[in-house]
Amino acid sequence: MLDSLLSGGGILGTSPEMLALFVGFGLVVGVLFGFFGMGGSFLVTPALLMLDYPAPVAVGSGMAFVFGTAVIATLKHHDLGQVDYKLGVIMITGTTIGIEVGRASVYYLESMGLAGGVISVAYVVLLGGVGAIVTRDALKGDGGGGMDHEAADKDLDEYEIPEIAKKIQRTVRIPPMVTLRGDVRVSAWVITAVAFATGVLSGFLGVGGGFIRMPAMIYAIGVPVPVAVGTDLFEIVFSGGLGSYLYGQGGGVDLGIVAPLLFGSALGARIGSAATAVVDSDGIKIYFGGMLVIGAIAVGIGEIGSYIGNPTLELLGLVLVIGAAVVVAFAILYTTLASLRQTRRQGTTVTD
Amino acid sequence: MSGLEIPTWDPETALLIGTILLEAIVLYVGYGGLERLFGPYLMKLLIGGEANAR
Repeated sequence: MLDSLLSGGGILGTSPEMLALFVGFGLVVGVLFGFFGMGGSFLVTPALLMLDYPAPVAVGSGMAFVFGTAVIATLKHHDLGQVDYKLGVIMITGTTIGIEVGRASVYYLESMGLAGGVISVAYVVLLGGVGAIVTRDALKGDGGGGMDHEAADKDLDEYEIPEIAKKIQRTVRIPPMVTLRGDVRVSAWVITAVAFATGVLSGFLGVGGGFIRMPAMIYAIGVPVPVAVGTDLFEIVFSGGLGSYLYGQGGGVDLGIVAPLLFGSALGARIGSAATAVVDSDGIKIYFGGMLVIGAIAVGIGEIGSYIGNPTLELLGLVLVIGAAVVVAFAILYTTLASLRQTRRQGTTVTD
Repeated sequence: MSGLEIPTWDPETALLIGTILLEAIVLYVGYGGLERLFGPYLMKLLIGGEANAR
């Protein structure tokens, strides 16, 4: 086994240039992953495909990388007290069943020859829809949910619960009721239903599902944003671990890809997770929403390119997704530094 | 048909996934140590410049 790790397909099988590229790309993805609790699977896999890796290796290594990054980011969010393990365990059950139902739907659609088209359309609609909602909220500046991280000294129970979540909490009171972090009291059935529904979408689209589960936890359950991020990551540890194992059995996990990606993303996730406690991110929400919308457009362009057999359009789609990720990662770093400098200036002024 | 996959025990795959898990934990602890060692210096370098200029 050790031979296979260190030879051909292993760490030494990857050239220094590729190692550097993977470390840099891992850093970018890590920042996004740590900050938003999502963004791994739909960035890494297309990038690996663009680099001409076979599809099973791209998907399997992408998933193994997401697993490793989720472990690191969960540990960080655990230290910040932002993981609700009770919510995570309830959600894992519902999500697992939902993923299997989603996958069964794919097989059913495939038997009718409709899978590819329906999945692409669903991907574009969902990604674009969630992106549009987040961007609209950010532009309105109502601060109600979305990716709104507040200052580190704000208690979790001080977070404003979105109206729709309050309505669900008041209306659905089927026992057992569960008290979550941030003093949120909600029926376990609501959590299971949300987990199941997001699991179905996740299994149907073949993605980790963070971009669906995160807004669902915030808007349907009413969980404070940092807890939604931390708990989502905790869940990805399990789904990513199982998925990596399954792909690994078929030889789809290449340690020469995963190890350097993880080396960069470990640092990025540390920065991204810490930034959630510093940045007041109304501006970042716009970038986040924009990234999802661009992702939707990119998938659409890629699909059209694939349909009409135009590789340039397929490449353009991938470049758009990766370019948007790099821009958003730098926006997070810039905003974090700006916030820290502002805090420092205020501190200096008070001292003066 | 259902697409349900039940994982079977495979020591090599388990070692591979275990290696990734171990790397993740080592990196978390390692970067944490580096942050404690060089974090204050780095923060001073990044955000302290303006304050020093004043």
